[in-house]
Amino acid sequence: MSAPRGGAETVDMIEIRFHGRGGQGAVVASRVLAEAAFLEGRHVQSFPAFGLERRGAPVMAFTRIQDSPIYNHSQIYAPDLVVVLDASLMDIVDVTAGLKKDGLVLVNSATGPADIPGLVSLAAAAVNAGEIATANGLGSRTHPIVNTSILGALARASGYVKLESVVGAIEKIISIRPGANVKACREAYEAVRMKEASLNTM
Amino acid sequence: MKQVLLGNFAVARAVALARVDVISAYPITPQTLIVEELSEMCARGDCGAKFIKVESEHSALACCMGASAAGARTFTATSSHGLLLMHEMIHWSAGARTPIVMVNVNRAIAPPWNLWSEQTDSLSQRDTGWIQLYCENNQEVLDTTLHAYRIAEQLRVPVMLVMDAFILSHTSEVVDVPDIAQVDRFLPPYNPEVKLDPADPHSFGSITGGAEYQELKRIRHEAILRARDVALEVDSEFDAIFGRKYGIVQPYRCDDAELILLTSGTTAGTARIAVDALREEGVAAGTLKVRLFRPFPAHAIAEGVGDAPKVAVIDRNVSLGAGGIFAQELKAAFYDMDRRPEIIGIVSGLGGGDFTPEAIARIAHNAASAKGRRGEAVWEAL
Repeated sequence: MSAPRGGAETVDMIEIRFHGRGGQGAVVASRVLAEAAFLEGRHVQSFPAFGLERRGAPVMAFTRIQDSPIYNHSQIYAPDLVVVLDASLMDIVDVTAGLKKDGLVLVNSATGPADIPGLVSLAAAAVNAGEIATANGLGSRTHPIVNTSILGALARASGYVKLESVVGAIEKIISIRPGANVKACREAYEAVRMKEASLNTM
Repeated sequence: MKQVLLGNFAVARAVALARVDVISAYPITPQTLIVEELSEMCARGDCGAKFIKVESEHSALACCMGASAAGARTFTATSSHGLLLMHEMIHWSAGARTPIVMVNVNRAIAPPWNLWSEQTDSLSQRDTGWIQLYCENNQEVLDTTLHAYRIAEQLRVPVMLVMDAFILSHTSEVVDVPDIAQVDRFLPPYNPEVKLDPADPHSFGSITGGAEYQELKRIRHEAILRARDVALEVDSEFDAIFGRKYGIVQPYRCDDAELILLTSGTTAGTARIAVDALREEGVAAGTLKVRLFRPFPAHAIAEGVGDAPKVAVIDRNVSLGAGGIFAQELKAAFYDMDRRPEIIGIVSGLGGGDFTPEAIARIAHNAASAKGRRGEAVWEAL
């Protein structure tokens, strides 16, 4: 029997939680990230929060990455990385809930990570994914589809996957305008700004 | 070739690999993507089956029954209320000895409306004469779909494959999709000895008196009992070709366990992580996953339980007024055994409650400290 194994090897597990609004592509982002890690030979899980999906409503999606098979089928409550596709969600959703002590928050925002309220004591990264997506014609100006941009920023800020793996995953999965999505991804990789956790939380 | 696949798409791939002749299904959340994907695959020519659109699940299973009687390999998929609407045909297709394979994505039954995982839908069909197999991950879903055709066609008993709503159906995982030439070696074409054929007329489903009726039921009962051995034989043959083996039960750290958690479906994997954590705390826990529910693999479970004094059954289902269904089956199975552990039935996770490793560990702690035999189920909120 291919003997099932348990949690002994879960020390290397990476858990990522995406926050977005219905229609922004959070679920696809979690799926593309899983594909990128899979292309690097790792085990992955990608799934949405099991709710009722409505355009514009807050949604969550999750990705797990591990070198060994993944046995945990619960949702993610203590992520290593939180990705916020829409900064306005931070007023209504506690996006950092459960974030690991040394975790990272990545936000789609026009401001730098140090200027985002609530993230002072955390390691954070920010990228203007909305502007990059709009410039590449992804979605509309009022409803840009930011998922491929934010994944470029994720590759740089977290180091969990290589940029070229994300590009490969986009080319494999995104059937609509893959070229523009790859370009946006690469631009966001260059544009992302990062800050360390500040010990002084005043 | 390894791919990242949704559970629902793993089913669709398996159906194409099994060279199914006829598919008839009606969409229902969370099974819908199986039907959509298969209908597109049939339209593109990636699946050679004839896809019959119908107006209800009752008709879907009736179509499969007719096609199967005519000698076709058939497939359907449903969930929850769709399964319940099929109920009459579920009995009939088993009585007619049509080896249909059905995937049921288990989902809670309304009211109140709830789309999430619960096993009460499939378990409420336990007396219909179908074999039932419960799956833990998307690889097992794909592989078990192929197993299911071998088991069904050898025994002429339909097989229901059960997978958790969303936790598998809408979750992408790495799945090794086998080559169709390899699948052909494992699963030969379906060639029944007797089939509906205008050139060679037979009568099917005639009226009988009690004596013949009971005898036919006894024969069916014997056939289903043989599924324990046949499932293991098929599993071994599959392993020889594909290098993956599942058994009908899967023990994990049970050998010296004082407390064994009996689980099924996706809960089994999460329970293994809980068991590792419990062991680190010094609690001698193990877990036993049950894949085959009907026929109930009593002896395989007893072997897995061994000398353990206590078994806690985690049931994501309930027979109201009786308790969790796996727990009832287990208690009945152990009544005739020499060594009988204390059995605690736990009802939890109904309507999609999330079994985290921490929640399962808490349930295990409560079960470990419970004293004395009890008939009543323990309800654990998540």
